[in-house]
Amino acid sequence: MVSARDRSYLEHELKRELTPLELACFDNLWSEHCSYRSTGALLKTLPTTGENVLLGPGDDAAIVRFSDDIALAIGMESHNHPSYVDPYDGAATGVGGIVRDVISMGARPVALMDPLYFGPLSQEKNRYLFEHVVAGIGDYGNCIGVPVVRGELVFDESYAGNPLVNVVCVGVVNPDTFLTARVKKPGSRLVLYGASTGRDGLGGASFASRDLSEDAEAEDRPCVQVGDPYTEKLLIEATLEMAATGKILSCRDLGAAGLAGASSEMSSTFGACLDASRVHLRETGMNEVEILLAESQERMLVEVAPADVQIIGDIAEKYDLPWSDIGEVTEERRYVITFGGRTVCDLPIDLLVGGAPCEVWPKTPYHAEKPYAPPSGSIRDLAFAVLSHPDVARKDWVARQYDHHVQIRTLSVGGDAGVLRLGNDALVLSCGCNPRQIYLAPYAGTANAVYENAANLACAGAEPLCIVNCLNFASPVHPEIFWQIEQSVLGMGDMARQLTTPVVGGNVSLYNESDEFETQIKPTPSIGMVGKGPVLTPGTVGDGALLALIGKTTDAFGGSVLDAVTGCGGHAPAMADPGLLAPVRALVAGGRIDAVTDLSRGGLLAALARCAPAASVHLDGNPLRELFAETEGRFLVACQDEAVLSGLPYRVIGETGGDTLSIRYTEGILEFPRGDITHALGTTTRLMRY
Amino acid sequence: MRFAVVQFGGSNCDRDVCHVLRDICGISTDLVWYKERLTQPYDAIVIPGGFSYGDYLRAGAIAARTPIMSDILAHANDGRLVLGICNGAQIGAECGLIPGIFTVNAYPKFICEWTYLRVENTTSPFTTAYRRGEVIRIPVAHKEGRYVAPPETLEKLERKNRIAFRFCDPYGVCTPESNPNGSARNITGLLSEQDNVLVMMPHPERAAEAVLGSDDGKKVFDSMIGSIEAGRVPSAEQVRT
Repeated sequence: MVSARDRSYLEHELKRELTPLELACFDNLWSEHCSYRSTGALLKTLPTTGENVLLGPGDDAAIVRFSDDIALAIGMESHNHPSYVDPYDGAATGVGGIVRDVISMGARPVALMDPLYFGPLSQEKNRYLFEHVVAGIGDYGNCIGVPVVRGELVFDESYAGNPLVNVVCVGVVNPDTFLTARVKKPGSRLVLYGASTGRDGLGGASFASRDLSEDAEAEDRPCVQVGDPYTEKLLIEATLEMAATGKILSCRDLGAAGLAGASSEMSSTFGACLDASRVHLRETGMNEVEILLAESQERMLVEVAPADVQIIGDIAEKYDLPWSDIGEVTEERRYVITFGGRTVCDLPIDLLVGGAPCEVWPKTPYHAEKPYAPPSGSIRDLAFAVLSHPDVARKDWVARQYDHHVQIRTLSVGGDAGVLRLGNDALVLSCGCNPRQIYLAPYAGTANAVYENAANLACAGAEPLCIVNCLNFASPVHPEIFWQIEQSVLGMGDMARQLTTPVVGGNVSLYNESDEFETQIKPTPSIGMVGKGPVLTPGTVGDGALLALIGKTTDAFGGSVLDAVTGCGGHAPAMADPGLLAPVRALVAGGRIDAVTDLSRGGLLAALARCAPAASVHLDGNPLRELFAETEGRFLVACQDEAVLSGLPYRVIGETGGDTLSIRYTEGILEFPRGDITHALGTTTRLMRY
Repeated sequence: MRFAVVQFGGSNCDRDVCHVLRDICGISTDLVWYKERLTQPYDAIVIPGGFSYGDYLRAGAIAARTPIMSDILAHANDGRLVLGICNGAQIGAECGLIPGIFTVNAYPKFICEWTYLRVENTTSPFTTAYRRGEVIRIPVAHKEGRYVAPPETLEKLERKNRIAFRFCDPYGVCTPESNPNGSARNITGLLSEQDNVLVMMPHPERAAEAVLGSDDGKKVFDSMIGSIEAGRVPSAEQVRT
């Protein structure tokens, strides 16, 4: 509900009481989800411009130039709270929402990425959430024919009561003809098409902006929308066919806060007058609040000249989509709704859209790092514990449920990044962040999340083009959390500036706290990054290739997978120096190395298990640090001749070949037969496959 | 020579097949929206993959009952070529172009992965470009792709050489482990009685360019084009006259 303070402020401004519809509009549009009241000032510190940015943050999706004739539309959104209450439908509609953001730019969606965060798989409820979230994403994405080409999985106790479902969608559009969600001309008609409106998902935007209470599942179920991917697929084709006519002046999808959100935000360049009785409905007896605020899925709103309404309507009908002409753009900067002949809402549009006062929260730094205590147990047992951790283990139980080949652009999904062909170049995609490290060091950790995605791109020879993000945090009312959010956004911005990569969009999901588990989520500023590189023929690593480690290893155990499985503590990794990215990109693009991977979760051991499971390796120094530390800014390379690495801070650590991964260190030798590594990396599949 | 690729609401591999036919094979190809029916004779029709009608009810069940299917059946009855891929295969089974059905995978989840297929028939108009027993690599992507038919139907298919492709391991051995969806006798591509209809769950259009990981699937289209050019199957021209 609108707070008492907001309500008295509004009634003072308007000099009257609010109607029920007006109250509902403010409740939703002044929520954090729509208005960034807590984070708006911080978000302004991010770099958002660049030579390739054709349209920055603030629209449904950002537009970034990829080549002379191809622009990308890119957006990222969370669907966290709904996915806890109803994992299948919550996750599915999360995909649907971000896909509509992309098609409303007139772009064809070509790729999805989904970073996911759950509680530990040892608990049945988390396995249930995991299984149904993946099924929901798969069933929706597969049906609409948009490949999921990348993802991330993190399992941590802090997500048991608040799983996070984030989705990135990338589309392609002509750089000269993309659409925007800002009305252009008074007198134009506003046409709604797609699924009919029912009572589903009432008040979702305000629902997303508060804590999940103990019995959230029961009482909030009507807030979760149900998706229909078949209608979404029709909506994609219909919208692109409409866009091709050149008759659409502006376009907006209906998401959070339903028709009220879409129509008011879209019309805020002028004003609008809508007749709620003209909306096509699927239920009888709906009142104006329900019609305007329902979050029924698969609906779009377009602005067209009065003479073009029929052309647009005919295209909708070709795809069996009902439509209605529900109102017009007005010169006067007001947002007016009539219903059954009565005026039920009449507000200054600038008050409703963008008029929410900012919230200012106090902040307090915290220190959560513990001193490092070397873990007990043999290195061999520790190694298996790390490789078996589902953050490190293979993700193929998930990946095979997503159609990653549809649209026949997919060159590779198995390495550090997803790679698609686009024109004569490769579109390279990566996503994620490391919440355990970010919790210990919000500034450096978030900077490293940006760095790490750029490193993934570099391993495919690609340079970053832009960043999108989902800022998933606990409640900003806690001073420590607000400090965490601030540090995190500052770290993101500073690394983005170092990489000269703009942050072009994203969303904010706060209040991720659970009464049920008495938990707050770890800070999760999830990053989506896309870049451009050459189309490469994948190299193969044969026996006898040299293995080299580029970059320096430090005692960065804090927030590592070793820390997660043993509680060893230690310092979180320092902010990475992005200086190695350019030379690594050049090595890959020039075809001078056989393989490369960047070192991240699980450190060098995980990289070896993934890329060189049959090799002889020799390590100097403390084997725990060498194998498990997660210092950022390191790469494992396989090459024929170490001369190609000259000038880089590298050391040769072994060579490929044999039947086992054999690691010699000062006090001993570890032998991992291939079958043991395969077994450890197969943990998630074994746990989930019944 | 002209191919048609039928678009149902929910088809999502229509443009992919069209790209392969036009840009890789150099064949004139029309995308035909199902409501528009077939308004001219075609040499071959492809029913592409996707989720026609969202797979609601059963995969392919609703599309199989749309008016354009009578045009497609008439085309097939003339002996002209019909290729059903994935959802197209499900639709083909639903309308009786081939016997048996494709139902929910043995492990009841969607599977997207590269598979190996053994080519069992090299005499049909869809498979002449392959060698018998050739092992090819083509991806699958489906949730309802497990082929099921009564034992006597399977026997008849075997006897009449109507099995085009079976799942196998990289060495061409058909094992339970190499059968990703639990299909009867590893069958995943089969021919109609007259050999002029092929339905298959794997996606040959996804394996028609080496840059995508394999061009083994292109030979399905090459075989079709070659058979039409050689006059082995009736062409649109013959139907017109």
